[in-house]
Amino acid sequence: MKKFLALALALVMVFALAACGEPATEETTPATEPAGEETTPAGEETTPAEGDTILVGFAQVGHESDWRTASTQSAYDVFNADNGYEMVFVDADQDVQKQIEALRNFIQQGVDYIILDPIQATGWDQVLTECEEAGIPVIIIDRTVDDSDKYISWVGSDFTTEGVAAGEWLKAYAEAKNIEELNILVIEGSVGASATLGRTEGFKQVADREGWNIIASQSGDFTEAGGQEVMESYCQSYAGQFNVVICQNDNEAYGAITAMDNAGVTYGVDGDVILVSFDAAKTALGLVQEGKLNACFECNPLAAPFVDEDVIQVMEAGGTPEKEIYMTETWFVAEDILESITVNGEEMPLVQVTDEVLAGRAY
Amino acid sequence: MNALKKFTRSQLFMPVVCVVLVLLINVVYDVAQGRPFYEFFRIYLSDAAEPVLQGRLISILNRGSEVAILAIGMTLVVSASAGTDISVGSVMSLCACVCCTVLAGDMAPQTTELAVPLIVGILAGLVVGCLCGAFNGFLVANLNIQPMVATLILYSAARAIGLLVNHDFIIYVRNDTFAVLGGYVGPVPTPIIIAAACILIALVVLKKTALGMYIQSVGINRKASRIAGLNSTLIIFVCYLICGLCAGMSGVVASSRITSADPAAIGLTFEMDAILAVAIGGNSLGGGKFNLAGSIIGAYTIQAITTTMYNLGISSAVTPVFKAVIIIVIVVVQAPPVKAYFARRRAARALPTAKKEAASV
Repeated sequence: MKKFLALALALVMVFALAACGEPATEETTPATEPAGEETTPAGEETTPAEGDTILVGFAQVGHESDWRTASTQSAYDVFNADNGYEMVFVDADQDVQKQIEALRNFIQQGVDYIILDPIQATGWDQVLTECEEAGIPVIIIDRTVDDSDKYISWVGSDFTTEGVAAGEWLKAYAEAKNIEELNILVIEGSVGASATLGRTEGFKQVADREGWNIIASQSGDFTEAGGQEVMESYCQSYAGQFNVVICQNDNEAYGAITAMDNAGVTYGVDGDVILVSFDAAKTALGLVQEGKLNACFECNPLAAPFVDEDVIQVMEAGGTPEKEIYMTETWFVAEDILESITVNGEEMPLVQVTDEVLAGRAY
Repeated sequence: MNALKKFTRSQLFMPVVCVVLVLLINVVYDVAQGRPFYEFFRIYLSDAAEPVLQGRLISILNRGSEVAILAIGMTLVVSASAGTDISVGSVMSLCACVCCTVLAGDMAPQTTELAVPLIVGILAGLVVGCLCGAFNGFLVANLNIQPMVATLILYSAARAIGLLVNHDFIIYVRNDTFAVLGGYVGPVPTPIIIAAACILIALVVLKKTALGMYIQSVGINRKASRIAGLNSTLIIFVCYLICGLCAGMSGVVASSRITSADPAAIGLTFEMDAILAVAIGGNSLGGGKFNLAGSIIGAYTIQAITTTMYNLGISSAVTPVFKAVIIIVIVVVQAPPVKAYFARRRAARALPTAKKEAASV
């Protein structure tokens, strides 16, 4: 009887598994549908027939976050028939092997360009060599490839610039608000992640130059729970000693907000503490609009327009694209006291978050 | 004097010494920093609109709740089956996902309203925890699969199932009622209350019923226990079931803390903390006799180490090294050869005095 019961439980679990599998596939259907349509005519017969359509193969990492979904959507928005493209889309679902296989299929299908967002930084040399031998230019987006240079261009975010921008904005903001002393707490991202390293480095450049006091810098692992725990500790260690908190992504900022609420620390536009975060997901921009976050520095997921304009169009015109292309990113602020900031000698506009800005955000 | 001696011989002595040592590190540091020696132990009300208890000790008790709850189940599993349940962290994540998905209903992935009453969401999370526990229990108790291998299945699968349940999103349930579980009841952090309730129930059940004895008996010798009339299989099964329930409870608390279910982050590496808690509590991972209080102290010791790292302001990159050093010390002083060495020294010191006394008589 007991055994039967246990067996029944095990069966229930298996069914539960199958049951939750279903909606997930449904979820991905709208994304894969256009790809499915395009895969069929993407065979060898059609491509040469329509000489002026550019066939692009895109091997995406997966669909683990809103950020990733926005990245995929941007590819669909750019590489479609309206712009003279056809796209074969492959969602590798975090599986490197699947991604490598996708690249080989692209070669078989004779695509004109391959776009790759590599799941891992290494292990690419062989398959990229195959692409090169087949004469298909490969464009890397977002993440980097470390063990091969057999690609045309890399298009991605410059995390250091994001850090510098946060620093420059803070400087201008403090001047505008007549805040003389800045005592800063940083909640870092995951130790060793490229976003953490870049943002820390960039912000530190400005902080060192201006002689700001960075009281402490600890990792919140890019998670809300991490941000909450670190901020709770900061509130106890440095009560009343800080007036700036820099969170290296949005989720950490959500956690920091809860911790500061509990500790009775006020933040944002009307508060004692200037709160800054990175990434600029839609939820975070909502907080900027409410004035809970003073500023939010974007990490742009929309790589496709840059791939189109700065790489493919350049090559179609017979030129050589740059090896590293950094996407322009937007700096969002809560107040309209500053119009622009100067980052690395370049003037960049600040965008005040309004309903229209929020409505126009893809993720 | 006798009471003291009795305490120093008890299994709880070393775990208590360890946690005191960890706390002492902070006292030394605070004094060196020119702060009062009691700084670390200061508990105060925050000056928020709704004042809540603040302070390092509160942080330790609050943030250590999840591991403490996990440690209850882990202790029983270790005792009964001489193996560990390494799936608890992933199961936590799955339970959190199910709880939040049920609470969010159609409004996923982001909502401030509860689609169903809070209790339904909590129960859904707990039931899934029990199912996972039952699955592990069935594999270990009925099919005699090695616990590590059996629980490895859900260790890798549960988190992935959570992602499926969540449709790959982080589900936010920004609801004040839901936030209470990981927030505050009046000024007291709710996780502390929940952990205390779980510990109390476990202690009462183990002391007042024969279950505790049965579990130890099965852990010491499964076959002999069966011959003596115990249903060994059922007892091991129940231990895993309880462990799954504990994982469900901590999963719900962990997701309520952040009013969201983040499948990739909730309960990450918590299984290791739970196992470590059992070990720090002076329990043998080889099964048999166990001391639940030891495991609980172990769980809070781990959190005390984390909080110490924050207090000392040690950079995140090198924190694991410092943690490792402290844990090595704690584990080594409790190792049987080291314990035997101290016992021998005690005996050697006691011997001459005994001889002298004998001579004077």
